Amino acid sequence: MIRFAPAFAIAVLIGPVAFGLAATFLPAFGYLPTLGGASLNLEAWRQLLATPGLAGSALVPLAAGLITALASLATVCGFVAGWSHLRAFQALQHLLSPLLAVPHAAAALGLAFLLAPSGWLMRLVSPELTGFLRPPDWLIIHDSSGLTMMIGLYAKELPFLFLVTLAALPQARPGPHAAITASLGYGRIAGFIHGVWPLVYPQIRLAVFAVIAFASSTVEVAILLGPTNPAPLAARLAVWMNDPDLAMRFKASAGAVLQLGVTLCALLIWIAGERLAGRIAAVLRLSGRRFARDFAPRLAAAGAVLLAGAAVFSGLFLLALWSLAGPWRFPDAFPQSLTLATWSHHAAGLGWPFAVTLGVGLASTLIAVALTLACLEHEARSGRSGGRALSLLYVPLIVPQAAFVFGLQLFFLVSPLDLSFAALTLAHLVFVLPYVFLSLGDPWRAFDARYAQLALAMGASPARVFWRVRAPILLRPILVAAAVGFAVSIGQYLPTLLIGAGRWPTLTTEAVALASGGDRRVIGVYAFVQLALPFAGFFLATLLPAIIHSGRRDMQAAG
Amino acid sequence: MTLSIAARLAACCALPLFLAAAQPARAAEVDDWRAVEQAARGQTVYFNAWGGAQNINDYIAWAGDMLKERYGVTLVQVKLDDTANAVARVVAEKAAGKDEGGSVDLIWINGENFASMKQQDLLLKPGWAGKLPNWRYVDYENKPTITTDFTVPVEGLEAPWGMAKLVFFGDPARGVAMPRSFAELVEWTKANPGRFTYPAPPDFLGSSFLKQALSETVADPAILQQPVVDADFDKVTAPLFAALDTMQPDLWRSGRTFPKNKEALRHLLADNEIDIAFAFSPAEASNAIATGELPDTVRSFVFPSGTLGNTHFLAIPYNADAKEGALVTANFLMSPQAQARKQDPKVWGDPTVLAMDKLSATDRAAFDALDLGVATLKPAELGPTLDEPHASWMVRIEAEWARRYGVAN
Repeated sequence: MIRFAPAFAIAVLIGPVAFGLAATFLPAFGYLPTLGGASLNLEAWRQLLATPGLAGSALVPLAAGLITALASLATVCGFVAGWSHLRAFQALQHLLSPLLAVPHAAAALGLAFLLAPSGWLMRLVSPELTGFLRPPDWLIIHDSSGLTMMIGLYAKELPFLFLVTLAALPQARPGPHAAITASLGYGRIAGFIHGVWPLVYPQIRLAVFAVIAFASSTVEVAILLGPTNPAPLAARLAVWMNDPDLAMRFKASAGAVLQLGVTLCALLIWIAGERLAGRIAAVLRLSGRRFARDFAPRLAAAGAVLLAGAAVFSGLFLLALWSLAGPWRFPDAFPQSLTLATWSHHAAGLGWPFAVTLGVGLASTLIAVALTLACLEHEARSGRSGGRALSLLYVPLIVPQAAFVFGLQLFFLVSPLDLSFAALTLAHLVFVLPYVFLSLGDPWRAFDARYAQLALAMGASPARVFWRVRAPILLRPILVAAAVGFAVSIGQYLPTLLIGAGRWPTLTTEAVALASGGDRRVIGVYAFVQLALPFAGFFLATLLPAIIHSGRRDMQAAG
Repeated sequence: MTLSIAARLAACCALPLFLAAAQPARAAEVDDWRAVEQAARGQTVYFNAWGGAQNINDYIAWAGDMLKERYGVTLVQVKLDDTANAVARVVAEKAAGKDEGGSVDLIWINGENFASMKQQDLLLKPGWAGKLPNWRYVDYENKPTITTDFTVPVEGLEAPWGMAKLVFFGDPARGVAMPRSFAELVEWTKANPGRFTYPAPPDFLGSSFLKQALSETVADPAILQQPVVDADFDKVTAPLFAALDTMQPDLWRSGRTFPKNKEALRHLLADNEIDIAFAFSPAEASNAIATGELPDTVRSFVFPSGTLGNTHFLAIPYNADAKEGALVTANFLMSPQAQARKQDPKVWGDPTVLAMDKLSATDRAAFDALDLGVATLKPAELGPTLDEPHASWMVRIEAEWARRYGVAN
């Protein structure tokens, strides 16, 4: 049974992914008969390359992908190395993990309102300190170098890498390692990098790749915070794809292929960087330098984490405040009055979208977790991985959605599933499965096989080993992966809208449609409604292992 | 409550698997209206409409109640953030060969999206709008944009739903006098640096602003009704780009970034980052005052020599599943009752497409009784309507704009 798992996973995905890829690549080379493109040609590429500002559009996301990943990874590494021995660390972990549940758009919107010249920070000090009765004409949001966009991505990706790192940490046994490196005179960070990081990084590597892929191809954050003259490629793609002139879809598809190239390029540069970093670490190891005085970098890492957390939390607080606000004008630091009108106006009619969101989220997450576990268990028992074919799984992560979803739509239209709940679940699965796989794959493979060998030697069946040994030890990463998958499902807008065609409204389709009206009060309400479900998911993912493993000291995070 | 939702969900998971199979084709014969109404009874109409304004969503929900009660038609609004998503769905269905039983029954549409769907043969044919019973009230004689949508002949492929006009608004309480023409606006921007901007084309409102500016700066407006001739382009648009060049350094953020769309523009006014915003809906300011977004001191104004105007419509895709239901819905939304309610600023404030002199005395009284709200101009105050330039001008101007200002850095 279980040996068919990889084949089954591929069978489920191959149709949607193949259609998605075909719908991205064929129109890029002129083929889309419905719109009059009957032959292969390079016209779309000629048009794309003639677009003003294309180089800037491609370079900013490339830089954003690499810088965001490097900065957030360095922060996580320094923070975990420097502070995971403290009790307060545990509390912080519970505090930061809910940030994962915050939709990117909501986080970006909150940040924009925090930092804008007419935003909250400025309102707090105006006019008393600044003398400004009207906001200054400063370019902060949408700055041309994309710095604000990178800050937004950094603040949002930090909790993700943090949580993934924590899930991987217990197996690297940081406590004993720290004791050894400390006794050898190494500083906390140096000891961690030499002793623990080589065991942790391989486990979180795919998550880092996901961060690079996301940061280099994000649409929402780019639109809300990124440069506009020119905008990052992904944001321009979305505009071209939605252009009323349907002929623009050819150029948009060529742009999607270019975007894919940008993301792959960022990943290749990162992989080259990994090699370089490995060399540098080796040189440092051999040099014997201890870096015993590392309080400054430890402090910097803690400061960065606190600042990022504070930024996202205050952004959320501001959205909450907006959802309750009466009139609120510059330079007032707080609304003139508070009202529940916006909430009561929108609360009705949320029941059905809520039920659909929950249903499709649970269904796709359960299938994804079951498939992932089956594939990994098969790999563990047979010693063979699912092979290169399983990398098919990651395709939906790096192909720009706008073009890809068009192919998905075609796939379901020619299948008998069109417009059914099953179609929607399968469409979500296409995006949920890669995240679950990459969250779970490496911690699973890092599992110390001797536990299983011991159990087998005592006569337990492979199934019993799975249920009694492997699954309980890996409970935390399993639940984190499920929570990530659930959050991914809830965040899906375009696939839900285009494949459900309004038959299956979710909180997200409602939220994005209403948010297009631009009223911050309404956006505030929906951001919180949208936040509630994934928040509950992450809450359970951190709470359950703590309860279940409460009697087992070595199963606590960062043990 | 929870149980019923769970049961509904369970039922819905299983049912569509069996019910999604193709339904028999029905010919929609608009001439026999009784037959249309009969066929429509029991149908569900999926109305794909921008869902960004709660008051509009509420209006559509009201129309749904009426349709259910009178015609047995169930109206479901598919809330979109962009009409292009409905167009994309129809394109995909055509690509998959699904020429019947499509998932989109009715689309709120106009301008370029209509032109595209018409050109790609994605709309229900032959023309049907002129055959709807309520067409007899429509003011197509005096409102040319009802029969010509952005210079594209409508030919009955979409039914008029409401009128739009480019209207500016600002807050007199801030003590800044408002310009009365594009030329004055250029001077105004120089005198008030950083306090004006416009959405970046090809956003609909941004492009409309450029069209307005083009219409006011061109020496002979007649030339704009013809397709662009390469040789003329630079000469005809020279005054336009000279004016935009003058404005550029004094725009908000010195023109280094532009707001994305009309919502972003309105926010900038609300946050006191700029002093003038504009929209294609005369009720925009009143609606924003009603939600508390803008202060109640905001007022609308137009340029006395005229601003652009257009009409928004309802279209039926060629493969719609509930064609009769969609026809009945379009007809109802064109009725004096539905139009009067839509024009009520407390509901929506969208100007009617009907001719007052074609209505009965009672229906007319319903329109006369409307109080348009403090910030909405009366129909008589909206000033003349300028003709839309031929679409080819906009394509060239958007490209030139992108080259000059779109990649400033």
